[in-house]
Amino acid sequence: MEGARVERQPLVEMRSVYKAFGGVHALEDVTVDLYAGEVVGLVGHNGAGKSTLIKILSGVYGADSGRIFIDGQEVTIRNPRDARGHGIETIYQNLALADNLDAPANIFLGREIMRGISLNEDAMEAESRKVLNRLRISVPSLRESVLNLSGGQRQAVAIGRAIYFNARILIMDEPTAALGPQEARQVGELIKQLKGQGLGIFLISHDIHDVFDHADRISVLKTGRLVGTVRTAEVTKDDVLTMIIAGTLPGKTQGNAAVAGG
Amino acid sequence: MSVETTAPRQTPAEAPPPARFGRVNVFQRFAAWAGFDTRLMGMVAALAVIWVGFHLQTGLFLTPRNLWNLMVQSSVVGVMVGGMVLVIVARQIDLSVGSVLGFVGMVMAFMQVQVFPLEVWWNPLATILIGLSLGALIGAFHGYVVAYLEVPSFIVTLGSLLAFRGGAWLVTSGRTMAPLDTTYQIFGGGINGSIGATWSWVGGLAAIVILVWYFVSSRARRRKYGFTVRPLWGEFLVIAINVGFVAGFVQLMNSYPFPGTTVPRGLPVPVLMMLGLGILMSTVLRSTRFWRYVFAIGGNPEAARFSGIPTRRITLIVFVIMGVLAAIAGIIATARLNAGTNSAGELAELSVIAAAVIGGTSLSGGVGSIPGAMIGAVLMESLRNGMVLMDLPSALQNVVQGAVLVLAVWLDVVYQRYRRR
Repeated sequence: MEGARVERQPLVEMRSVYKAFGGVHALEDVTVDLYAGEVVGLVGHNGAGKSTLIKILSGVYGADSGRIFIDGQEVTIRNPRDARGHGIETIYQNLALADNLDAPANIFLGREIMRGISLNEDAMEAESRKVLNRLRISVPSLRESVLNLSGGQRQAVAIGRAIYFNARILIMDEPTAALGPQEARQVGELIKQLKGQGLGIFLISHDIHDVFDHADRISVLKTGRLVGTVRTAEVTKDDVLTMIIAGTLPGKTQGNAAVAGG
Repeated sequence: MSVETTAPRQTPAEAPPPARFGRVNVFQRFAAWAGFDTRLMGMVAALAVIWVGFHLQTGLFLTPRNLWNLMVQSSVVGVMVGGMVLVIVARQIDLSVGSVLGFVGMVMAFMQVQVFPLEVWWNPLATILIGLSLGALIGAFHGYVVAYLEVPSFIVTLGSLLAFRGGAWLVTSGRTMAPLDTTYQIFGGGINGSIGATWSWVGGLAAIVILVWYFVSSRARRRKYGFTVRPLWGEFLVIAINVGFVAGFVQLMNSYPFPGTTVPRGLPVPVLMMLGLGILMSTVLRSTRFWRYVFAIGGNPEAARFSGIPTRRITLIVFVIMGVLAAIAGIIATARLNAGTNSAGELAELSVIAAAVIGGTSLSGGVGSIPGAMIGAVLMESLRNGMVLMDLPSALQNVVQGAVLVLAVWLDVVYQRYRRR
């Protein structure tokens, strides 16, 4: 990664987060952080708490206790609007696209460009073209419903929605789950581009190979607790699998509180 | 469909949209180029077939008198159809509109005849205000129970269907309230209920001016953003076709004279209301954020919620709109009958839903068209009208209408499947 990291603050830090649903402890004392320009993978079994953690960050749930820091400042996130106000954008597993609407409508959903009381559809179409060009994805006709687009194009629309509004923190929940190999590679390219632009990305994935391809660091959750956070370059896939399944740390890790430096 | 991630060689905004018309025939090409909705065009064609067919059978269908009456008959359902499209698009349903129409109509008639003095200038005004408020209140009640208490709309409105039908009887213990205020009767069409030839042409010309302005400004805007535009002759052709429809319709309405004279009646007031509401909902309202949010909720309620859209408030407003439209239908129905009866609007909800569905509104939500639904209303009414002219027993009429509804939706299913191949 880039040098001079020792003094850098994390872009996002979630500290000692607790969340229970009824009697079920979804998250217990989980601490993770994310620096600008890096990808942190969140892995673990189903029910390990990955989705819950990122839904707290994106404002869908409220944590029972714990603190969230952005650029070192503590923030309160009560709903999705608060989250987006802090530059946190989420790309959900099912892409959270309205299939009956076209690409510009989806990109601007909830944040439409208006002309008086009317929707300025032409402006939204033009801006959508620009952002999709930035992603180097070609969508021939922007006026058809996204249902008719390929998986990679739909993914681009979801990502386009996030970056148009100047996301600084991107949460990607299983981005390649429904994609074929070629499209998955495209998404990988997009992730690299976004990293290069200084975004921080939380990447949730079941696919250990995917995570190793894209993530700089990996935080492993098991039944609501953080097993540990490791640097991808310093561990093997088997190490991480051991963390996921057995909940034990391999020899070389950073432990619970991620700190700058080797 | 292939995806390219290589940098495009030219700015996509300059390139013409590539011809994706693989399996599309010449009609669909023309429709797409002209900006017409293929499905809508198909419905107009079906309507034409039905009209010509009935005329060949009876010789009476395509007369100005019959068509004039047909339009008036369509208007009770026609004013409600836009609201029902919104309701169904939002993944809800409203089974109560017929009963609400009857109940509100009854209350209005009661107020007009028993409470207010008849024939004072403010009687119709007060009556209508009460009716609209009552409709809005009932709609708000539905919307609240559905959106905030999370009771399924099918159940809520089914309960209302029963309750308000009973309520309509209870208002006057079943007595019919008649006759109504003569000014109020204007809203029902009939002898005093049309606006005459001059005003019809005024309205038609206004519509034509708006149409032309729309096409011109839309073209200018598209050029400003660098999108492709039709060639000039194509623009003229499209404008001419639309203007032709408007002018033809006005002329038709002006061809039905008062009895024993040659004075044309012009547009009936209920038809004016139906068209006015339809146009309002298809143009001004359609480009609001509210409209888009309703469709977003219908397409993916979760995505709408995650985008910060106030889904519950919007659902409530949708039901309020439906309630108000049912009240307006009640105005037309009672004014036409010149009486408040407790059976007004019986089973109207079925016609409204059928019209919406025939017009292309999908019961699974997210997809709907108001112009289509209005043509659907006219289509259903044309069937009934034609079968009456043919002297078919009403039981058989019901059989035919049911069969046509199923056939129309099946054709739509096939059409959608074909489009997606």
